[in-house]
Amino acid sequence: MKIINISQDKGAIRKLKAGEQILFSGIFYTARDQAHQRLVEAIQTKKKLPINLENKIIYYCGATETPPDKVIGSCGPTTSNRMDLFVEPLLKKGLLAMVGKGRRGQEVKVLIKKHKAAYFLAPSGCGAMLSKFVLAKKLICFPELGTEAIYRLEVKNFPLIVGIDSRGKSIYKL
Amino acid sequence: MRKDSKDISKKIKKLVEKASFSLRYDLKKVIGKAFREEKQKLPKQALGWILDNAKAAKKGKLALCQDTGLPVLFIEAGKNQNITYSLVNKIKKEVVKYYQKSYLRRSMTDPLLRKKPKYKGIISHIQFSPKIEGIRVTLFPKGFGSENKTQLKMFNPTADISQIENFILNCIKQAGPESCPPFFVGVGIGGTADQALLLAKKALIDRVDIANSDEYLDSLEKRILRKINKLNIGAMGLGGKSTALAVKIKKIPTHIAGLPVGVNISCHALRSATLRIK
Repeated sequence: MKIINISQDKGAIRKLKAGEQILFSGIFYTARDQAHQRLVEAIQTKKKLPINLENKIIYYCGATETPPDKVIGSCGPTTSNRMDLFVEPLLKKGLLAMVGKGRRGQEVKVLIKKHKAAYFLAPSGCGAMLSKFVLAKKLICFPELGTEAIYRLEVKNFPLIVGIDSRGKSIYKL
Repeated sequence: MRKDSKDISKKIKKLVEKASFSLRYDLKKVIGKAFREEKQKLPKQALGWILDNAKAAKKGKLALCQDTGLPVLFIEAGKNQNITYSLVNKIKKEVVKYYQKSYLRRSMTDPLLRKKPKYKGIISHIQFSPKIEGIRVTLFPKGFGSENKTQLKMFNPTADISQIENFILNCIKQAGPESCPPFFVGVGIGGTADQALLLAKKALIDRVDIANSDEYLDSLEKRILRKINKLNIGAMGLGGKSTALAVKIKKIPTHIAGLPVGVNISCHALRSATLRIK
């Protein structure tokens, strides 16, 4: 198994191939439906974004509440294709990769290839296990969205499968 | 009364924790079997993760899945039992309380205004059955990755059974890797449109490791399951034999002019717990 332990290493991520299993160490930013809508609205109305997306990785995740003795609660991926319509403006702002579950639309594959980005699958429905790979969690913006706010997660050896690689090749036959 | 109230509170605590933190015993059995039988590397890894996750959830008192669902309650009363407004209200309040105390997710929101998510918004179904004793409460937290793939079709009464089978297969194809396979497939046949869907959901509460007591439905369940597992979707959509691990069908009488079929899919983290409260 390949182990990528350099935070947001563009070169290493671009070399990965669809179907490869990796253990990722670095930073994720959580965002799901509502946060995506807000980010894209901000881009369209030319407002300042609350986070710089350059070289960042977005994790489609809304964790449970955090128990007092833990860093984070259960934190698995949500269905990625609900975010398909928001992908292009984020990639244009330099987004490096996305992490979630399930298939993406054809247009997302094309966009990933164009921007040499990547899409990873996280073990779906395994949020309790995944919480063990999160070292730190910090609220970044949109606290009023509750679980849908953007959080910065520091992860170590987080298990992933390459879903769509930088050449636009997908693990799923659509 | 006060003792009664404390008793119910304790039982609902147990119900919420059991449904959220521990993989159902029957599911553990069938997922374990699928893991042992899977030969392909990636789907075997996915099934292994599911089993590891169950251990991590139980040990850490963590939700099996971060989508702790929309809590659906089935409150069932047997003969000579009364269900009162205050009892139903108490049960709902206690579910909210223990969702919060168990650090589960606030997942409910206004459908149009999409305000900050809350715990409130539980759905409860009240029913009476001569087959049970006392009052029974089932908590079924329904995750929406799979709920979003629910389908209903109103067939002609002269429809062939193969048309129904194909409809169910198509539901599974459309659910695909997004809804966290291996699936458990609930099917409700008959009644009205709403009842067919409710029946499909109720079918998911039944044990998945025992055969349907109706012989016709049992063979139909097995035939559909075999066909689903030839689709090669597999665990996490990574291929292999385990696209679904059970099909559960329930039927009730319907109108001579119709044949409603509802399909409610559950992800591999099918969560439910039942307790007698009276």
